[in-house]
Amino acid sequence: MTETKSPKSKRRPWVIGGVVVVLGVFVYLLYGGLDKNVVFFLTPQELLAKGTAGYDVPVRLGGQVKAGTVKWDDKTLRLTFQVTDGKSEVAVQSSGAPPQMFRDGMGVVVEGRFGRDHVFNSTGLMVKHSNEYRAPKAGEKPQEMYKTLIKGSGS
Amino acid sequence: MTSQPVAWNPPRQGRWPWFGMFAFMFLIGSQITALVTSPPDRDMGDLEKILYVHVPSAWIMSVTFAIVMFYSLRYLWKGRETDDLAAAAAAEVGTLFNGLTLLLGMLWGKPAWGVWWAWDARLTSTLVLFLIFVGYLSLRSFVDEPERRAQWSAAVGVLGAINVPIVYMSVRWWRTLHQVQSTPNTVDGIYVLGLRLNAFAFLFVMIYLVRRRYEAMCLDRAADHAEQAAALGEK
Repeated sequence: MTETKSPKSKRRPWVIGGVVVVLGVFVYLLYGGLDKNVVFFLTPQELLAKGTAGYDVPVRLGGQVKAGTVKWDDKTLRLTFQVTDGKSEVAVQSSGAPPQMFRDGMGVVVEGRFGRDHVFNSTGLMVKHSNEYRAPKAGEKPQEMYKTLIKGSGS
Repeated sequence: MTSQPVAWNPPRQGRWPWFGMFAFMFLIGSQITALVTSPPDRDMGDLEKILYVHVPSAWIMSVTFAIVMFYSLRYLWKGRETDDLAAAAAAEVGTLFNGLTLLLGMLWGKPAWGVWWAWDARLTSTLVLFLIFVGYLSLRSFVDEPERRAQWSAAVGVLGAINVPIVYMSVRWWRTLHQVQSTPNTVDGIYVLGLRLNAFAFLFVMIYLVRRRYEAMCLDRAADHAEQAAALGEK
């Protein structure tokens, strides 16, 4: 294949250099300022550390469902549990059935407000899945675990 | 400035249609193998099957945008029209895989997380990547002058591709709802085979699509050049 070089081809390295520098600065401005402050949720410890500033403002709280704290009332559809980060716990109150994967020890993110009574009123519950893919151990039935949780802990 | 007519010799399809047959057969085989060999996950149950489409899409999307980066830079360096077309072909296919990644992720997110979408750093940066490349493709259809189109596209192509490592690292740099990358340590061996097979299947399909779009774009440009030459000849 024959090529005819444009007269500008000698200047190309400069053009590329310019483009790369400009884009680099652009990307830095776009993402660099975000730093570590871009958190999708606060941990219980961070929320409690806010003190009174943490009350009654829309916020997301994330952590693990503390084992043994889940209570589900199938009459009122009220769900309560504690979210823990291993250091602190926050009591959460939610309504409606949780996502299918909700259970003891699972990661969760709740949206809502932290009340002065130190109960987090959740208006949205998300399950945060880990990066693990595990085959069930012998005898374990994944779907059953959820059913037991929802049906079993009522009233 | 006008681009000078180039003696065009568009690439031939050769055995590429056969490669395409192979790629799609391999994909079907990999999907079946993965679905048959994988037990339901302990937490996710059958939602685990997303591993064989969402993850390969995301990986191959990244590879495809790396191709865009390579040809865009080489176009800026050498000014060869074929490099511009190769970058464009890869950008089209990359956008396809980017869209698939988002869509399949949402289909998993609803049952697993309980929401279709969350504005965390991973999802947002992946959407930004998608929008940049939708912009890239619109730009190409708006600018008629080939050399200017190529230069602008190359700049946008590089800008877009720079986002790929940011998307990849977003789950480590920022606290997100999206989980961090799985590794062979966090994925049971029984799921790994299906994932790897499908990663190769998506790679083959991507190579095939990029190649055929590149051929088509070259034919398109060759037709333009012939038209131009004929018009000049008539004067």
